[in-house]
Amino acid sequence: MLRIKRVPTVVSNYQKEETEEAAAAARRVSGCGRNCLNKCCIQGAKLPLYAFKRVNKFKTEMGVHGHEVREPEPPVAFLDSLVLGEWEDRVQRGLFRYDVTACETRVIPGQYGFIAQLNEGRHLKKRPTEFRVDKVLQPFDGNKFNFTKVGQEEVLFQFEASEDGEVQFHPSAPIDVENSPSVVAINVSPIEYGHVLLIPRVLECLPQRIDRDSFLLALYMAAEAGNPYFRLGYNSLGAFATINHLHFQAYYMALPFPIEKAPTKKIISTGSGVKISELLNYPVRGLVFEGGNSLEDLSNTVSDACICLQENNIPYNVLIADCGKRIFLLPQCYAEKQALGEVSSELLDTQVNPAVWEISGHMVLKRKKDYEEASEENAWRLLAEVSLSEERYQEVNALIFEAIARGDDANGGVAESVIGEADAKPKSGGEVDAINKNSCPAMVSGTPECLVLHGSRYCGLMIRYCFYKLASAMTY
Amino acid sequence: MDSQLGLIEQSFNNRYTLWVHEALDELPDSFTITDPSISGHPIVFASRGFLKMSGFSRAEIIGRNGRMFQGPRTNRRTIMEIREAIREERPIEVNLLNYKKDGTPFWMLFKMSLVFGKEDGRATHFVAVQVPIVSRKHMRNSGMSYSEDGGGSRLREIVFGSCRREVCSDSLLDLDRVLALDSDDTGLEIEDSCEASDLEKRKAATAIDNILSVLTHYSQLTGRLVCGKRCSLPGMGFISSSLYISLGRIKQSFVLIDPHLPDMPMVYASDAFLKLTGYDRNEVVGQNCRFLNGVDTDTTVLYQIKESIQTEQACTVRILNYRKDKSSFWNLLHISPIRNASGKIAYFAAVHTEEGCRNQDRHGLSLEMRQLSAIGAIKVAVRSLSMGAGPSKS
Repeated sequence: MLRIKRVPTVVSNYQKEETEEAAAAARRVSGCGRNCLNKCCIQGAKLPLYAFKRVNKFKTEMGVHGHEVREPEPPVAFLDSLVLGEWEDRVQRGLFRYDVTACETRVIPGQYGFIAQLNEGRHLKKRPTEFRVDKVLQPFDGNKFNFTKVGQEEVLFQFEASEDGEVQFHPSAPIDVENSPSVVAINVSPIEYGHVLLIPRVLECLPQRIDRDSFLLALYMAAEAGNPYFRLGYNSLGAFATINHLHFQAYYMALPFPIEKAPTKKIISTGSGVKISELLNYPVRGLVFEGGNSLEDLSNTVSDACICLQENNIPYNVLIADCGKRIFLLPQCYAEKQALGEVSSELLDTQVNPAVWEISGHMVLKRKKDYEEASEENAWRLLAEVSLSEERYQEVNALIFEAIARGDDANGGVAESVIGEADAKPKSGGEVDAINKNSCPAMVSGTPECLVLHGSRYCGLMIRYCFYKLASAMTY
Repeated sequence: MDSQLGLIEQSFNNRYTLWVHEALDELPDSFTITDPSISGHPIVFASRGFLKMSGFSRAEIIGRNGRMFQGPRTNRRTIMEIREAIREERPIEVNLLNYKKDGTPFWMLFKMSLVFGKEDGRATHFVAVQVPIVSRKHMRNSGMSYSEDGGGSRLREIVFGSCRREVCSDSLLDLDRVLALDSDDTGLEIEDSCEASDLEKRKAATAIDNILSVLTHYSQLTGRLVCGKRCSLPGMGFISSSLYISLGRIKQSFVLIDPHLPDMPMVYASDAFLKLTGYDRNEVVGQNCRFLNGVDTDTTVLYQIKESIQTEQACTVRILNYRKDKSSFWNLLHISPIRNASGKIAYFAAVHTEEGCRNQDRHGLSLEMRQLSAIGAIKVAVRSLSMGAGPSKS
């Protein structure tokens, strides 16, 4: 069992040391007096409710039949205003551990413009806790800190789909305990202004693992906020998530992230129109997902990829950028390396835990020395340690593409067979070896029978993936 | 909307005179000119060539933002590059996919340059030239053309070899059908990427030069000179065009005060503030806010405000203010310090709400929430936009 010692950041004012927590729980008889979200305090509680409109088709700026009337430049969107206003309200009520706008930040000169922040107050001076980093999927543990323990004043609003297809806002709506709402809460140790946590179905106490519904909720939030500088991020366990209760993070940064500037090379488009590219010339290897015939198609494709990684115990991070139109998926292995003692002490001393924001290019530094000496070269070196090796990355990609192709096929509807039902007795191995096996790992590893059973979309996608790999192999 | 169009015409003519329209119309190229200091960063001029190319009429374009020509296949990263060039006030040249009025997408070389005020060094306008790219090849994905022979059929051989002939159909037609699943759902045959030729790039460069030359010439007639490069460093109280654009998205009535300048003047006033108080922008920017106070304004409240500013605290007060026409109104005033990326206070923001106005906006956000959201938006803008190196000096 691999473990590392880390000082976690505190995301709620109610987050205590786990042993303290257990002792308090043992003493508690009824009601905790903290106005939390648990059964003890939640009855009769009310929170603002933002009900978003489910947009199924991506609206084009102009329809095919002529242009839609749009505002010249959209004013701050309503959800945006709500997040900003509620957040500023909590600032003035003193709920944050420090004023993040008083933390010096600068863009490091260089090609990519990494962003460094000097934040001495974010990490506590407490004794470190042990984190298990070798399992991406771990069951929820009610004894540990989770988001039902946050105070209601830390929750900004409920975030649900609207019943009637129109945006609705209720300044004070009761919390439906039976159908646990999804909520947006503050992070009391913010990295930037507006740092919030999106917690899908908070009362259901889901562990930190992505499923199609929760990912779609996150995408809806990004799209609804309509601000390319309001991005959402996700860290799996083993990729520096510190709380095993399903949550996404988000904050405002009106600058491009280095990862968004990296060039990409298209690999394929799926049957549902999702374009998948790989990141080029960036220290961390990863995939970029864009397009899709609808938000749901894009969401499902990425979710399927995440689920595949989870099930194969590969830690990963996800960045949702550009109002939900560009999604970055980054498998990583840093925690494992750390636990195995493979990371240089120089890097460890910076105490930077490369989660999604760090990988995207936003580094929060604890020591003044690191802040002043921050350079693109240092940042690159740290992030390069996080990345999977090229070989491992290709293996992981093959897994991902297979999962996506299966998912795509399942949604494909008409699974007409390009492939005949005729007997699929394999010929001798000679033909298979005609080309380097590694270029089509999924094809080779599957049995001929199961390939026959898949529909045309699966085959099409895998063939296109093979073409891409062959072309890449031929040009190098 | 009419008042905005009036604003647009007025501001353009003030800088370049009426005659500039005629001179710009004589240029054959397709180009647009935008003004970052007007809320929404709208297009203030569109050439005849542009109207012809895009299929829109002038009335459909003036006052609107350039993103109206983007669509689902426009490359998101390219959009980001343009947005960042605008934010950093620097020129850019990219290949961009835009959409005409009838919905057809087309590739063009998009070349954008800036016009700066000669005296104050501010970015006054952005000029964008669009040169349609005449596509020569049918480029796909990784640059391989599936419809060609030679290389294509060799690849098919390889794929069949490794994918077991009996699983994938023997017929080449079927393979093409399978590969065709990659093409655009809408049936529009459009490339994923496109490169402009040298000829097209030269055309764009010449067009930019011509436009700048016209604008420079006509600005001399009004005395409000412009030039193609930043000639002087922006002075104190400088608000970059990117900050203007960000602040312009905030619909509440608010002003930004610079506490580091003598007499703490207002350096920015929102459109809503001007509407609320009845003043013109040039009458208030550079002035201390005391002009809002009058005979019946409570001096203890003024003292309260002063104290909050000195102790760098946020405060909310109820104060009697006066409009330009001398009428008074009760102002629910919220003031907050605004820090920039250095962590130090750069401005104070003052958000005004007239008492008695609808207590909730159409969405149901309370008055307090709206004020606070304006503060939040200002904080994000000022902090983020001061993180970088600042506007380029060239």
